[in-house]
Amino acid sequence: MNWFKLASPAAFYPFAGRLIPRFGLAALVLVLIGFDWGFFLTSDQLGGSNPQKEYYRIIFVHVPAAWMSMWLYLVLAAWSAIGLVFNTRLSFMMAKAVAPTGAIFTFLALWTGALWGRPSWGTYWDWDPRLTSELLLFFLYIGYIALHSAIDDTRRADRAAALLAIVGLVMVPVIFLSINCPDPTQCASLHQRSDPGSIHLSILIPMLSMTLGFWAYSFAAVFARLRTIILTREADSAWAREVIAQEART
Amino acid sequence: MMAFFSQGGYGGYVWGAFGMTFGLLLIEILQLRASQRKTLTRLSRLLRLRAPRQTASSAGRAQGTAGTKS
Repeated sequence: MNWFKLASPAAFYPFAGRLIPRFGLAALVLVLIGFDWGFFLTSDQLGGSNPQKEYYRIIFVHVPAAWMSMWLYLVLAAWSAIGLVFNTRLSFMMAKAVAPTGAIFTFLALWTGALWGRPSWGTYWDWDPRLTSELLLFFLYIGYIALHSAIDDTRRADRAAALLAIVGLVMVPVIFLSINCPDPTQCASLHQRSDPGSIHLSILIPMLSMTLGFWAYSFAAVFARLRTIILTREADSAWAREVIAQEART
Repeated sequence: MMAFFSQGGYGGYVWGAFGMTFGLLLIEILQLRASQRKTLTRLSRLLRLRAPRQTASSAGRAQGTAGTKS
């Protein structure tokens, strides 16, 4: 398989079309496994003297959504950079297609975090470093989308929004490292340092399954959006006209 | 069954989180489907509008899709 060939919109359009149902199916299966495991196989209360109450189950959507929000931003910035350096059309389209899905996962990380924070910390919101930086990431996604749609010329919109995406990249390590209390026995911290090895397996497995499911979902959603963008931008080329005529008939 | 829905009294928080997550993803899927259909209809209408003009003149390619940006 020649990967460089896929850089052409004409080749990528049918390729993405074939992958969407596969990623969609994988997403459905992985999310169902994560949900089923997390709700029916993992016990209602974990831990000994100070057990986790049932609301800990929000972890199964909260952490995957937060991971996807950061990962998709890296993808957005990477395609933006590739587009700016190599001036490849498809890269900019890819970046544009990623942004709305990334914004949705960022919003979900904040929303599920608020609903987890209320019963566990006693508040929906706090200006904790991680919450604040995640909120700024959400505004960056919105800014990217708004800036792109505010500029009429597609090429200029692509380049301006790409620059914003790259500058905004500083937020991702900030979110990742934003723990103001390294040692939870010394001070109170909302987000504590934790490594995957310290998480109970019955939580880790459904959480990872859900994460992979969200990842597969992102592929399907981004490719679906990308196909519409490709078709609109390439509408004047012979192959696109053929596709449009063909798909309009079905 | 009741225990599943009540989640130890935290049902509102747990289902509020899961409901918003799956609800938003479902809305995104429906929105993507709708926009794909809308784009195809719009583009095929544009093509049909241009088709007779193209055969009439040998000028070659028609003008770009004016006013459409994506």
